Amino acid sequence: MAEPVIATAAAVPVLAGTTAGGSVPEGLAAADSAKAGSVLAEAAAVSAEADSAPAPDSAALYRTVRLIRGFEQRAIELVRSRVIFGGIHPYTGQEAIAAGTCAALRADDLITSTHRGHGHVLAKGADPARMMAELAGRSTGLNRGRGGSMHAADFGIGILGANAIVGAAAPIATGAAWAARCAGSDRVVLTYFGDGAVSQGVVLETFNLAALWRAPVVFVCENNGFATTTRTQDAVAGSITARAEAFGIPAERVDGMDPEAVFAATARAVARARREEGPTLLECITYRHDAHHTWEHSARPRYRTPEEIELGRGVDPLDIQGARIDVARREQIDAEVEELLEAAVRFALDSPHPDPATALDFLYADGTTARAGAL
Amino acid sequence: MTILSYLKALNRAIGDEMERDPAVCVFGEDVRVAVSNVTSGLVKRFGPERVLDMPISEQAFTGVATGAAMAGARPVIEYQIPALLFIAFEQIVNQAHKFSLMTGGQTSVPVTYLVPSSGSRDGWAGQHSDHPYSLFAHVGVKTVVPATPADAYGLLVTAIRDDDPVVVFAPAGAMGRRADVDLARLAPVPLGLGRIHRPGSDVTVVAVGHLVHDALEVAEELADTVDVEVFDPRSLYPFDWQGLAASLERTGRLVVVDDSNRSCGIGGEVLATAAETMRLVAPPRRVTRPDGAVLPFAEGLDRALQPTREQLRHAIQGVMKAGTTG
Ligand SMILES: Cc1ncc(C[n+]2csc(CCOP(=O)(O)OP(=O)(O)O)c2C)c(N)n1
Repeated sequence: MAEPVIATAAAVPVLAGTTAGGSVPEGLAAADSAKAGSVLAEAAAVSAEADSAPAPDSAALYRTVRLIRGFEQRAIELVRSRVIFGGIHPYTGQEAIAAGTCAALRADDLITSTHRGHGHVLAKGADPARMMAELAGRSTGLNRGRGGSMHAADFGIGILGANAIVGAAAPIATGAAWAARCAGSDRVVLTYFGDGAVSQGVVLETFNLAALWRAPVVFVCENNGFATTTRTQDAVAGSITARAEAFGIPAERVDGMDPEAVFAATARAVARARREEGPTLLECITYRHDAHHTWEHSARPRYRTPEEIELGRGVDPLDIQGARIDVARREQIDAEVEELLEAAVRFALDSPHPDPATALDFLYADGTTARAGAL
Repeated sequence: MTILSYLKALNRAIGDEMERDPAVCVFGEDVRVAVSNVTSGLVKRFGPERVLDMPISEQAFTGVATGAAMAGARPVIEYQIPALLFIAFEQIVNQAHKFSLMTGGQTSVPVTYLVPSSGSRDGWAGQHSDHPYSLFAHVGVKTVVPATPADAYGLLVTAIRDDDPVVVFAPAGAMGRRADVDLARLAPVPLGLGRIHRPGSDVTVVAVGHLVHDALEVAEELADTVDVEVFDPRSLYPFDWQGLAASLERTGRLVVVDDSNRSCGIGGEVLATAAETMRLVAPPRRVTRPDGAVLPFAEGLDRALQPTREQLRHAIQGVMKAGTTG
């Protein structure tokens, strides 16, 4: 039934500066905007120097950003119309990271993703129609409707799954990298996590292992300034890069709003990993334009001011990358993407819901069946 | 015939599987020197690339095993103490176990989690004496508890070959067992198939792990008055419900003896299932640790919380009495 898609067992030869925490008091408008301003200003100052990375394909990067943006907008609409059950964590604003990192990977490289994973999964090449069907819980979805937004996976193209437990994918990626190398391949595994994950013990334990083994892993921290509503500076002592550096892992701060800056930094990190020089951490400074989760559209928790959000949205990877290609090409890509997404939504809505009698299918790889819950 | 110890059986199973399948590898703390002896000789035979000493970071290396398994490896993790399962619980239950279903069958996670010396080992006190197999059976992770050297070999081999995550509990109380076996006839034991160690017609005693041996002794002691059948489920998940039903067809009376806590333990599940769907002529009983037990240090206190032969004898006599007067 379930077979390891990445490599069969037989294919593996001999395995050879903080402030006090607490919730943000209401009415801190001025202070909030100042903080937001500093995050974004820092981002712009970071990673200005690009070294010998291969030349980026500007149009392709723009297309990926456009695709993710459009996908998220449609997904949010489908949450509101209750086609998507439970809600999603929108990636809007952070698209430069998914686009730039995946563009620097080979098709056979692997990624692991997070609860905010749509962008990563699409950028790695998942079919938007099957992805939308997965979000809508249809049997044609990437995971046959068993995973939904937070678990989207496509092993056939190296997506080892989005993961809803903060930090949990880091060791999984490292294990996959180790096994891939043991199997004689030069694949690289790239793993995403937020700024919230750097306080999880398992991530730091994983840094230790990955550095000891010089595992071909690229750790991509998307620092969007918040873990749900908690500001990074209220949760992270010291710096994020220093956490990796303490284990001997080179770390770099990257402008996470600029797809080409992310691409260049990732290309360097991937090259290091392929040369068996070990892991790298990229701290991509970014800003989430939308809510933490679509639940926020109705609950409206107050943790950032309208001014801050406006300031944040003013920096947009879509504009940054769009400005790099000519207008005609841009319009052509926009039209193509629109058509693709239109078809994706139609495919999702037209797809069947899974049969409730199959709710525990795939629980065991060997087909073991579970006992019923009632007689 | 050769005398095979339980410990050597585990060691042999890992060695044989590493020999048979190059994807099998061992992760654990101090496994190269083999402080627990379970991995003795393996690094010499298979090299340090396949027998990996890990830093003390159970969450990371348990998660690493998941990723490695998804990429084609078949890791066997040895945990030094059962309490480490609590640290790794998220990685096993929430990650490894859930991946197959969550991905719609796109992957499987063939990792074996081996827990030698589970349960009370003399004088190791509160944080070293748990026997958390019921937790894994509850969440549906394949869970086995071998009682004899041949079953330890056969179940561990099957666990390693299984495409799903499997936890193998080797009870401290069974680690010292030895048996006269024909090494050539050691074979994989399927999951979900119980074993009748002693046939009987009056009462079925379901005994888990090392308690099989206690049950056999009690059965002999009572042989003049009661004909006890001793049923060893061997794997707690999946469980051999058919085998149990067949046994109860013969006896109609049930006692479970299980070295885990009473509330929500496997003993309760066996009683409930028997009551729902099987033939019982008397109310069943179970002998377990007390609710929420934490084993205290002092020897007498430690022993006081573990199921005893005396309690088992009493329970057997109790169901016999209920069966005749009722
Ligand atoms: C271990 C863990 N703790 C808490 C949660 C609940 N939770 C989901 S997302 C989230 C915030 C994560 O923040 P961050 O890692 O910065 O990522 P972001 O949401 O900003 O993308 C929390 C606390 C969780 N899923 N996992």
